[in-house]
Amino acid sequence: MSVPLNETVKNLKPSGIRKFFDLVSEMKDAISLGVGEPDFDTPWHIRDEGIYSLERGKTFYTSNAGLKELREEICNYQKRTQGIEYKPLSEVLVTVGGSEAIDIGLRAMINPDDEVIIPQPAYVSYYPCALLAGAKPVIINLKAENDFRLTAEELLNAITEKTKVLILPFPNNPTGAIMEKEDLEKIAKICIEKDIYVLSDEIYSALTYKGKHTSIASLDGMKERTILINGFSKAYAMTGWRLGYACGPADIIKQMTKIHQFAIMCAPTTSQYAAIEALKNGDDDVRLMRGAYNQRRRFLMNAFREMGLECFEPYGAFYVFPCIKEFGMTSEEFATKFLEEERVAAVPGSAFGESGEGYLRISYAYSIENLKEAMTRLARFVNKLRNN
Amino acid sequence: MREELLSIIEKNSRIDLKELAVRLGKEEIDIVNELQKLEDERIICGYHTLVNWEKTSIEKVTALIEVKVTPQRGKGFDRIASRIYNYPEVRDVYLISGGFDLLVTLEEKSLKDIAMFVSEKLSTLDSIISTGTHFILKKYKDHGTIIDEHIKDEREVVTP
Repeated sequence: MSVPLNETVKNLKPSGIRKFFDLVSEMKDAISLGVGEPDFDTPWHIRDEGIYSLERGKTFYTSNAGLKELREEICNYQKRTQGIEYKPLSEVLVTVGGSEAIDIGLRAMINPDDEVIIPQPAYVSYYPCALLAGAKPVIINLKAENDFRLTAEELLNAITEKTKVLILPFPNNPTGAIMEKEDLEKIAKICIEKDIYVLSDEIYSALTYKGKHTSIASLDGMKERTILINGFSKAYAMTGWRLGYACGPADIIKQMTKIHQFAIMCAPTTSQYAAIEALKNGDDDVRLMRGAYNQRRRFLMNAFREMGLECFEPYGAFYVFPCIKEFGMTSEEFATKFLEEERVAAVPGSAFGESGEGYLRISYAYSIENLKEAMTRLARFVNKLRNN
Repeated sequence: MREELLSIIEKNSRIDLKELAVRLGKEEIDIVNELQKLEDERIICGYHTLVNWEKTSIEKVTALIEVKVTPQRGKGFDRIASRIYNYPEVRDVYLISGGFDLLVTLEEKSLKDIAMFVSEKLSTLDSIISTGTHFILKKYKDHGTIIDEHIKDEREVVTP
């Protein structure tokens, strides 16, 4: 008897991170540089608001698209940070994390055989989500020499008659790369000319270290062809609350809301109340956390310089992406050996796409003390390899 | 850089110069100069250590004393405050709004020492109207630090 399985799902490769996770889990004494979530606790006033909502008995479904007050606060936030004006009732959908928004955003737009362009290295969900939506994923391998930014030329080369959506994941996980306004303007121009829609994953937008983040949706002619995805996980250290959102053209948001309505019903109510507090009174928390991340980022970059490890300067998220090609190993071999010999876990760049091969993702969502110890071990490891 | 520098060394005054410079993206010499300025301006008033005496065999008793006073003509509370803070055993003296005027904290070896201080030194000062002494039974958090905190990373070791 054959188990009834969907062919697409069955053929999906499990995330490369999973394999590494299993390896690390067996080592109790390892220090990890492998997490993709903040080390800070959710600020107390935000947690308190969640608790208070429970005390008041706010334990029911909200409307499918999310609490009206939350959607209004999201619009205020986009207005004050990006100058984009969204309508709370028709252009915003509150989702279960940014990940749900990626999934249903693609499903709402894709017809069979449509092509979705995915610049890599990138977060592990885009590719499978595109496949599951029935699209043909088209990969752009971003280059270290461009600081892992997407260039106009690369985009033009990837576009065909069938291209429908470009996924734009900046600030980027795993590279820490950002796209600045000038970079985005060139991309926007092409998208308008070629009539391509953009799914802009801006979950790390609050964490940039070289001026403020610019959303592609804020550029002329782009709001109407961009689904802007953001959320609370990274900016407010709220990963476990599972709350994100999508803003975009009413026609698309309407279809996304349908999928969301049937699959999810609504995002968690407690989280939504907490998120209102985050948007209203959380700016200072974000500022302090960003300051701490930036100090760690500088600390790591300096440590790499001192050990002569090549690394472009990343200005976003909380990752650095040093190059380990000089050691003549794949990133998986390097990461495994590093883990076995020095008990430090860092994720192989290849887990984020072919173009991540030869790199290592190091997260700095850790205390300075932790990073210090890890860098001492990395320096020792690198020296050993070079002297062999 | 001032605010960032101060908030780092407020938490850890033993941090080395080089690390400070790296984390703040400055040169070491700039940090040295800035620290000197902050000390000269008495913005940095000292570099202390937070000790959990309870874990040692050394006995310490801490008391918070509410003090009501009559302010003095022309000097307000400053004169009486200085009479109090000049006792070396006094740790802190704050002017407080509300039901009393000064809050004095004291750290001594025993309850008796504190009682002696209050009855023989503090209460006998001119212009003291009344005192109320509270003993600290347990410190949960001191100077922004949770005393018995065991930080455990609850996160999964590797996540995308």
